[in-house]
Amino acid sequence: MPDIHDEDSFEPHPKPGISRLDYAGEQGMAVEQETLVEPDVAKREEARSLWGDAWRDLRRRPIFLLSVVLILLLVVMAVFPWAFTDANPRKADLVHDYLRRPDWTDFFGAGWFGYDAQGRSIYARVVYGARASITVGIFVTAAVTVLGGLTGMVAGYYGRAVDAVISRVVDIFFGIPLLLGALVLLNAFTTRTVWTVVLALAVLGWTQIARVMRGAVLTVKQSDYVVAGRALGAGTGRLMFRHILPNAVAPVIVVATIALGGYIATEATLSFLGIGLQDPTISWGIDISSAQKVIRTAPYVLFFPAAALSATVLAFIMMGDAVRDALDPKLR
Amino acid sequence: MTADGAGPTGAAVPEEAAFAQEVPRGEPILEVRDLVKHFPLTRGVLFKKQVGAVKAVDGVSFDLMQGETLGIVGESGCGKSTLAKVLMNLEPATGGSVRYKGEEISRLSGGALKAVRRNIQMVFQDPYTSLNPRMTVGDIIGEPFEIHPEVAPRGDRRKAVQDLLDVVGLNPEYINRYPHQFSGGQRQRIGIARGLALKPEIIICDEPVSALDVSVQAQVINLLEQLQGEFNLSYMFIAHDLSIVRHISDRVGVMYLGKMVEIGSDEQIYDHATHPYTQALLSAVPVPDPTARESRDRIVLTGDVPSPANPPSGCRFRTRCWKAQERCAVEVPPLAPPGWLSGPAFHDSACHFAAERESGEDVGSRP
Repeated sequence: MPDIHDEDSFEPHPKPGISRLDYAGEQGMAVEQETLVEPDVAKREEARSLWGDAWRDLRRRPIFLLSVVLILLLVVMAVFPWAFTDANPRKADLVHDYLRRPDWTDFFGAGWFGYDAQGRSIYARVVYGARASITVGIFVTAAVTVLGGLTGMVAGYYGRAVDAVISRVVDIFFGIPLLLGALVLLNAFTTRTVWTVVLALAVLGWTQIARVMRGAVLTVKQSDYVVAGRALGAGTGRLMFRHILPNAVAPVIVVATIALGGYIATEATLSFLGIGLQDPTISWGIDISSAQKVIRTAPYVLFFPAAALSATVLAFIMMGDAVRDALDPKLR
Repeated sequence: MTADGAGPTGAAVPEEAAFAQEVPRGEPILEVRDLVKHFPLTRGVLFKKQVGAVKAVDGVSFDLMQGETLGIVGESGCGKSTLAKVLMNLEPATGGSVRYKGEEISRLSGGALKAVRRNIQMVFQDPYTSLNPRMTVGDIIGEPFEIHPEVAPRGDRRKAVQDLLDVVGLNPEYINRYPHQFSGGQRQRIGIARGLALKPEIIICDEPVSALDVSVQAQVINLLEQLQGEFNLSYMFIAHDLSIVRHISDRVGVMYLGKMVEIGSDEQIYDHATHPYTQALLSAVPVPDPTARESRDRIVLTGDVPSPANPPSGCRFRTRCWKAQERCAVEVPPLAPPGWLSGPAFHDSACHFAAERESGEDVGSRP
């Protein structure tokens, strides 16, 4: 496809069928049209595919690239932890390894970050702990986006009574602090796995997305192309998923990316408090919790899982920030 | 439509079999009677109480004839666009009737409404907002075929879309481009192609050129006129540019504050206007001649347009009219030809004191 700045390609298509009068007008107009297009350039730049522009913008941001590399690394770590370490994160040797200090010569080895109070390799536990955090983060975000996106869409599209009912329910959920609500919910389960935590956080977190989605749908619903679709006789499904959703999804993606970091932090907090994940599961939150008993004698036991957690949360929030800046033309 | 490849002018007349019955030229195809659209004004958050209504369209009647162009003019906020939305069934009418070929369509829903939509289509004002930025031109123009699959069989759709692009004067190879890759005039052509896709009989144009540059306006107007001949379309052409309306219209209706105040042929309205509002509106048309500009006498109206939520009693124009008398506040003037006038001045005019202007100068200007 020719570059869109190639104004030559904008010359009207010469064609025998159309009346001579009309075409005479067109050809005479062609020169003027080229210059007249100029004032529209700003508008066209803005209208030029939002995602294309955002991507071009993002590729030049070092912060975005750094966070993406970090996130990719963490995801690979979550899926294939054995590729990063040979050590078994559950092997506990209290005789030889009790609180052994980090050994920087043992590069990528079991003793690299030292051993914790149960004689387990901290490096191996940091690597294996990524799985719980990433799983919780991604699945909670996915669940919240689907649930909140659908309810927000329905509320914004139908409006009136439907909107009033959904918005009040959202308000009620919004009033429950995420952490407190999760504490209460998770307390009801005797055995808690990653999926119980995902469920609890999703049930409490969908309202944020629902609000954003509702607002975006309310704006897009008014636009002429949706009215044009209705005038053609398009059904609800077509209007929602072909016209409204693709144009309303940008703010939702931004909020979801930023929230992802928050869910990981919440999971770690819950695990730290002893109400999130439980011990056979390896989680940074659990390790931080058990490290506090030896924080004075062996601060490195706390440092490594805490650093991993901070880096992960930061990476997601930075990526979300960069995406928001790229998608918001006002910030350009 | 041009499936035989004979070119757009060759195969001009679409398959007429698709239409229920033919209406001969000059017969009404759309009859609008006492059409009312009120937007309720409510107070209260939970228990909404209606405290009034914005009377956007308040008892409008007119006929749209087969094959003609009816221009609707009026200043901003007089209800022109609301009228278009109600006719398109995009807003439910509060009262009155709209009959398409004698069939009441203002209260249809579901399948029956969808069927009527095939015959009445719309061209929007702003070509920058009326095309979905996430869809290609092929998807935008092809969408009518997906919604009404009986119009074009699946295999022929791409060809049908390319034919439509050809008809509106765009390169058929642009089918995979996105709207932002086109200029305003080209986008409006895409909007027109979408309106034509279902082979409608009536196209409602809601200020189709007011968002375009003046030089491009002429191209789009010419295209609309040419398509009218090719496809035997009836247009309802809403605009606030009086010169363009005169150029394209066979008949013109003038609206003020939700009511039709005068309606007649373009000559009757532009050269023999009898309603004071029409006369004032016409006297404000810019004249591209500095000497004539000096000599003509403009009618400068005082005051603002009253709120449509609380319109004046009797004649709605009386608050700004230099002819207003006590009778105007009491009696609503009917839209009918005044009996005391004759010749071209004898046409529908909703004024108790309808008369041509004394000086009788030509205030309309042909483009």
